[in-house]
Amino acid sequence: MALDIKPGAFADFFKDETFRDDFTFKNSPAAIRRFPFPFDRDDYMYSVNMEPHTPGKPGSVFENTFDVDEHYVAEMIDRAKVLAEDPLRCQSLPHMTLAGWDLLELIMESNARDYPQWFSLSKSGNQWHWINRPLGIDHRFTFLDESTLPYGPMEYISRQMQGDFSLQDEREGSLWMDAGMVTTQADWSLDFDVGMNFMEWHAPVPLAHEKHVFDRALKFLLKLQHGSPVRRFNWTMTVNPLLDTSPENYPKWGPTKTSLTQENLGHKQHLRVELQALFRLPRSNAIAFSIRAYLGKFEELVTVPKWGRRLHRVVRDIHPDIAAYKGFLRNRHMMVEWLAQHDDGAPTTPGFWPDL
Amino acid sequence: MTKTAFPPSIKSRPVYADLVARPGTYHLVIADGEGAGAVVDLLAGAAEPAVMLAVMHVVYAPGPNGTDEAAVLQALGAAQFYRAPTIAAMLPRIARVLLDAHMGTQFYLAGTEGLIGQAEREIMATGFPHTAIQKEHRGSTVRRVQCVHCKGITESVRTDPFACSHCGLNLFVRDHYSRRIAAFQGVNIDAEDPGLVPAAVERFK
Repeated sequence: MALDIKPGAFADFFKDETFRDDFTFKNSPAAIRRFPFPFDRDDYMYSVNMEPHTPGKPGSVFENTFDVDEHYVAEMIDRAKVLAEDPLRCQSLPHMTLAGWDLLELIMESNARDYPQWFSLSKSGNQWHWINRPLGIDHRFTFLDESTLPYGPMEYISRQMQGDFSLQDEREGSLWMDAGMVTTQADWSLDFDVGMNFMEWHAPVPLAHEKHVFDRALKFLLKLQHGSPVRRFNWTMTVNPLLDTSPENYPKWGPTKTSLTQENLGHKQHLRVELQALFRLPRSNAIAFSIRAYLGKFEELVTVPKWGRRLHRVVRDIHPDIAAYKGFLRNRHMMVEWLAQHDDGAPTTPGFWPDL
Repeated sequence: MTKTAFPPSIKSRPVYADLVARPGTYHLVIADGEGAGAVVDLLAGAAEPAVMLAVMHVVYAPGPNGTDEAAVLQALGAAQFYRAPTIAAMLPRIARVLLDAHMGTQFYLAGTEGLIGQAEREIMATGFPHTAIQKEHRGSTVRRVQCVHCKGITESVRTDPFACSHCGLNLFVRDHYSRRIAAFQGVNIDAEDPGLVPAAVERFK
């Protein structure tokens, strides 16, 4: 039994677009206004920046536990293509199956509650009935019985969910990334990192270790309680609306970094924002980490005047080591030149909201 | 046979210490190249070396630089001694020995990072925690590197960058280490500017 995606319904909301080849992805005006702009001030440095993942403003990306937006169906088609090309993007060490069931339960219950028009879940004991209308899935299975699913539980549910997921086992006073579904990543390899502990997989990040960011983050996360998830932002830069900026495929997408000109930069250069949320899982005591990537074209973001001014100042003033780690040092001067047209020097208000 | 001093490094880089004799019902010693010296020192520092040797199994391979101290280790008189021609050739034997390993077994790994990493991976696969394994680096600093693109592993990498022995891409050696793969990560150095490959520098000897 395969997980057959049969989209078509709700075509007035979910867009038919691509994240590869002809790159037809773009944000609607409504999607731009709700874009999770990550800079709450005019400069940027690493910080733990975690806050409770509680329901936020209606219409914002914080409104629900998991944000399902206009790109949902197209992103799930893209994920299926990535997995067909490279099955190593989804891995689960043998002891993580229970955590996978925990994740499946969290997502199904959240989405059925938050989006009843698209998802429904009914249960009779361990006999569950899941309907995913946008993807055309209607499936009865037995909870905690892998033989009733076409994939392992983590893979099954994360093929139906925007954003990457990793599952962390807790032992020896650390978190171990022992499972994950990673197809929309900012240049890190699940295949290489799976099985590492928290300090090991963060090892290549510059500056932050010296600032003890990871020591404090780990202490914080080990105290994470079931029912009290937390969230933070991360961000990087991506040329073309390419979700799969994997190290595996770097020889394919790396050359696009040299394709920018002042004429095409507003359309091709994207700010890539990750809304990351962390959930303690009830049965396994593992921690689920969701990493949801949002792409915003520079030409889209500067339609919000405050964001145009601020993005210019952040990119102009960022520490070069961070620009290098995030992979845009070589294009920073071009970005600054392009963004400068959208910065009149006026002061900006605190916080990341668009003020429109 | 000096002990290797490493430059300041990152968090996923393994940290090595001297081997210290611990009480155990069985001592599995796995070494290559100059790691033989660490085994000699281990026994020299043991309170009761004869007791230890009576329940010791030593598996050894020459180092990637050709250093072969097998005769020295054999002369120690462990209950079992085996000289393998290469690390790859010793792994099936280690897997078989581990089938009989039980709590109370002590593990001592000494030599190159390639030897330590691959032996540690075999031991961890049996369920022993990595904290139960002592590791001492001696000798060559050549690296075992996995190409993040094609997944092939190139052994005994000496230069940075180097050509992947599987797909041929020019890779730089990222200071990022996976215990599960027992390898450093190699990333294409000229992806953004195909053909612009810096001259190779001998970083690992």
